[in-house]
Amino acid sequence: MNINHNGGLKLNKMEKKFLRKQSKARHVLLKHEGIQAVSYPTQSLVIANGGLGNGVSRKQLLLALEKCGPVEALLMPPNKPYAFVIYKTVEESKKTYATLNGKEIIDDLGQKIILYLNFVEQAQWKKLGLQALPPGLLVVEESVSSEDEKMLLESVNWTEDTGNQNFQKSLKHRRVKHFGYEFHYENNTVDKDKPLPGGLPDICNSILEKWLKEGYIKHKPDQLTINQYEPGHGIPAHIDTHSAFEDEIISLSLGSEIVMDFKHPEGDTVQVMLPRRSLLVMTGESRYLWTHGITPRKFDTVPASEQFKGGIITSDIGDLTLSKRGIRTSFTFRKVRRVPCNCSYSSVCDRQGKTTPPCLPESSKEAWQLEREHVHRVYDLIARHFSSTRHSPWPRIVEFLKALPSGSVVADIGCGNGKYLGINKDLYMVGCDRSQNLVDICRERQFQALVCDALSLPFRSGSFDACISIAVIHHFSTVERRVAALQELARLLRPGGQALIYVWAMEQEYKNQKSSYLKGSKTSHEDEEEINSDTSTEGLPVNHMPDGGSEDPGSSVPSAVNIKEEGCNPRKVELPVHTNRTCFHSQDVLVPWHLKGNPGKDKTVEPFGLAGCPDPSPVFHRYYHVFCDGELEASCQALGDVSILKSYYDQGNWCVVLQKL
Amino acid sequence: MKLLTHNLLSSHVRGVGTRGFPLRLQATEVRINPVEFNPDFVARMIPKVEWAALVQAADTLNLAEVPKEPTEGYEHDETFLRKMHHVLLEVDVLEGTLQCPESGRLFPISRGIPNMLLNDEETET
Repeated sequence: MNINHNGGLKLNKMEKKFLRKQSKARHVLLKHEGIQAVSYPTQSLVIANGGLGNGVSRKQLLLALEKCGPVEALLMPPNKPYAFVIYKTVEESKKTYATLNGKEIIDDLGQKIILYLNFVEQAQWKKLGLQALPPGLLVVEESVSSEDEKMLLESVNWTEDTGNQNFQKSLKHRRVKHFGYEFHYENNTVDKDKPLPGGLPDICNSILEKWLKEGYIKHKPDQLTINQYEPGHGIPAHIDTHSAFEDEIISLSLGSEIVMDFKHPEGDTVQVMLPRRSLLVMTGESRYLWTHGITPRKFDTVPASEQFKGGIITSDIGDLTLSKRGIRTSFTFRKVRRVPCNCSYSSVCDRQGKTTPPCLPESSKEAWQLEREHVHRVYDLIARHFSSTRHSPWPRIVEFLKALPSGSVVADIGCGNGKYLGINKDLYMVGCDRSQNLVDICRERQFQALVCDALSLPFRSGSFDACISIAVIHHFSTVERRVAALQELARLLRPGGQALIYVWAMEQEYKNQKSSYLKGSKTSHEDEEEINSDTSTEGLPVNHMPDGGSEDPGSSVPSAVNIKEEGCNPRKVELPVHTNRTCFHSQDVLVPWHLKGNPGKDKTVEPFGLAGCPDPSPVFHRYYHVFCDGELEASCQALGDVSILKSYYDQGNWCVVLQKL
Repeated sequence: MKLLTHNLLSSHVRGVGTRGFPLRLQATEVRINPVEFNPDFVARMIPKVEWAALVQAADTLNLAEVPKEPTEGYEHDETFLRKMHHVLLEVDVLEGTLQCPESGRLFPISRGIPNMLLNDEETET
């Protein structure tokens, strides 16, 4: 791998350090991005630390690269800490390797960054799927004149007393001011009966009239929020509370352009450039279903070409660079809603979202619905964050995989982010998962993986030498479905083939030992439950949104099974919400997942209308059936054509090894 | 999706049973991913492969001809093992479809990932 490294010579300390760093860069690229470096020179190089994500601009990097020869292409994926360069000849890329590897470059903020170069076969980047504006979104360029812009900016007096009627304050990441109605950040709504005196500023009224006449907007707004963002400021991803405002929400960008991130709850992300003086109009789906937000950072990734103005920032990574942010002032106009919201997006609507709390299923249809809402959808939504907490393989599972004969064909049913798929290179492993987003991560890591349901596996019977099912069976909500999932798993095995199954245990203390889940240990081996989804607060029930400030997260969570008193079916058993890192009080529980954003990397979806919350951390509830001592074995015995070779308790999980007869 | 993975796949549409194999492959984008050659590993895969299904899949991709059956003493036939190494492990179907031979149901392959999810009515149980 080290082209310039003369095998026999002793390396000095600096050289050793450099080789270590370069090898680490190579490892990180492979592990997190699936980029495979090669040991022989090619025309393409991957430049670790030379990415838009760590503040290196296209111009700077190109300048350094072109010293070694004409650059055929420079690919800079958005938000990534690396770039690819392609030269016409191997000679030129070899020269670059020799010249720039381990060398410093000064980034856009004046800091020194050391570049680490590696050859790659192919410079590749997964194209972003969807590249259309969210439905209902419109960006009107030059919606006001420069004179109007100047007047509007001058009309905002940020130095006024805070005692002033037009409520003003400094939020964590920006300054705000309200007209017409005060916006309350505690519950993300306005007091509809308490309009502020003075209404909207006169200068705004005339501009709104103009937009109405030109047809950009259909309704005249009655509430205005002015936000001022310094470079580095942002606003968390949010949906404006449905019950507080009407359909049409518009925002005028003054002083400077900005890139706004729009995200669909299923994961599609569209970055939209809002040029200076443009008007953003959000209606329909883009207003009700997509979140919007501004990532706090000092630079935006924008197309380098001159002709680009407003709209989508595409995935054409051969044409992206950094643009330094300026001070942007936005005028966001909304119309206070007087009638209940009747949108068709009930999953994110605070008016319609009051569905009945999840109950223990009484039919297979109810079971399927519960799993769809509280297993499948949740994993798809939390996939990236979930994956980022799942990197340490559990030792006894590694042991099982390493003990299999070389050349075994192995299925990982419910493979998640694929952390077991690469453990033993002498196996042929195929992973599958119900979550497309998790399978995407496996594929990025260059594993064989597909999307399917564990109750209906698309593999021929008897075709696998071994199977693993780690932390999967406990997501099925009836005993019939749990047995059916085990049966389907066993179907894949050839006679004599083995399966390793892990499920979460009801008993988090066993033989007087607390599991690492209870201990909250980050150092001991990672147990089934997430290490960092946990906080001391209990979760909000899913589909329950802030409602006039009445929400009290601490009081709404039962700790044991509740028999519901009201409603049409009095016998329904409401599922209790488990408190993270405590003992289980019920076998069927909802376990909160506190979704954490990863700034600059993967934007947080925040479907619950938490606009402006200082520290948003949306909570999703996953359904679990935690197994009692002996229960997993009993379920396996129901299968008939398998024998149990081994069963054991491992850090809060019940485990069995089965053999097909 | 590698052709070895394809060889393990079978349609699971309700009621098709063993007639769901092999899935008809159609590819619109195929990439060759170089994989280090390990003759022992390939030799171990050969007896696990449903041969007719592999021949059919290789045909639809217009790959260099796969012999109608493994050659005698293939464990020591490097030319054969190299060919099979390429066909089974290096050919990667990125875009295309898999079709159930019995029901005609199509499953998409996108970015190398087959999506084998069924609707409720199509599932076995």
